[in-house]
Amino acid sequence: MTEHSEHIVPKRVYFLVFFTLIVMTWVTAYVSTVDLGRLNVFVALSIAIFKASLVILFFMHVKYGSKLTKMIVLAGIYWLLLLLFIAMADLWTRGWMGVPGR
Amino acid sequence: MASPTIPHEAVTLKHHFANDEQQKDASTIGMWVFLVTEIMFFGGLFLAYFAYRQAYPVAFASASNKTNLWLGAANTTVLICSSLTMALGVHYAAKGKQKLLILFLILTLMLGGIFLGVKAYEYHDKWVKHEVPGAHFDCEGCEDAGHAPLFFSLYFGMTGLHATHMLVGFVILVILIVQSGQGKYTAKWHTPIEMFGLYWHFVDIVWIFLFPLLYLIDRSHTGLQ
Repeated sequence: MTEHSEHIVPKRVYFLVFFTLIVMTWVTAYVSTVDLGRLNVFVALSIAIFKASLVILFFMHVKYGSKLTKMIVLAGIYWLLLLLFIAMADLWTRGWMGVPGR
Repeated sequence: MASPTIPHEAVTLKHHFANDEQQKDASTIGMWVFLVTEIMFFGGLFLAYFAYRQAYPVAFASASNKTNLWLGAANTTVLICSSLTMALGVHYAAKGKQKLLILFLILTLMLGGIFLGVKAYEYHDKWVKHEVPGAHFDCEGCEDAGHAPLFFSLYFGMTGLHATHMLVGFVILVILIVQSGQGKYTAKWHTPIEMFGLYWHFVDIVWIFLFPLLYLIDRSHTGLQ
């Protein structure tokens, strides 16, 4: 096991992350009013994922955490994606096959 | 491996742990396992949102334009500020600066209060405009208005569950502030502060996703005004 004695994150990291989060919030709010067609959803969710990653890595110290912690976080996210993608893959594709009674 | 010796000065160390580091790792992992169950708890609602949005895109697009974009963005800003104050609280706890710890926990509580205040104003606004699903529901100018209550049910369900988590957070924050005042948390041991920080940031993350899904993604591309 690697040594990971208590790591105190320097304050400037927190302020940098905070500043980025605030800027991205107002960028995503502004971009939502611009018509990008189907890209609006993509941009909004990409910015949300970017912001959430910053919070998880720096505010929640996962970047400095143990490997086991990282594993549990990734397993949780992976499981959520399984839930969303398998269910939505069904709903998205039901109309494609022309099966009687849907 | 040599059998661990128990340092007599470490009163915060429970006897079944070898050392402080192992104890802290156990707490962190336990907290994250709890947060993963929370991910799945909110995940069900997110799936419901995606499934119904896929089924009734027009109703969702026009109903979601009833939300107030600027209030949503301002409230997101407030919540991110409260995450910063929480992170700084943990930072000062680790440095053993008790007064600053208490100050930043109180600031976190106040910012959370502002967030819920704005949320209450939004709820009231929707109530007055009959946008709460039920007998008097009326989505003025909505297309496919028959399915609009689905959007608002999910809106109130998801933001309501999020707000409930914040209320639970308030109770824990008050307890932590009192305990900090009693000098319970030191640079050596402040695990409850850190674990609560994880919870608070998790609640922030949920909002980071609720904001685009409920307020933003159908703002422009539907051609609806």
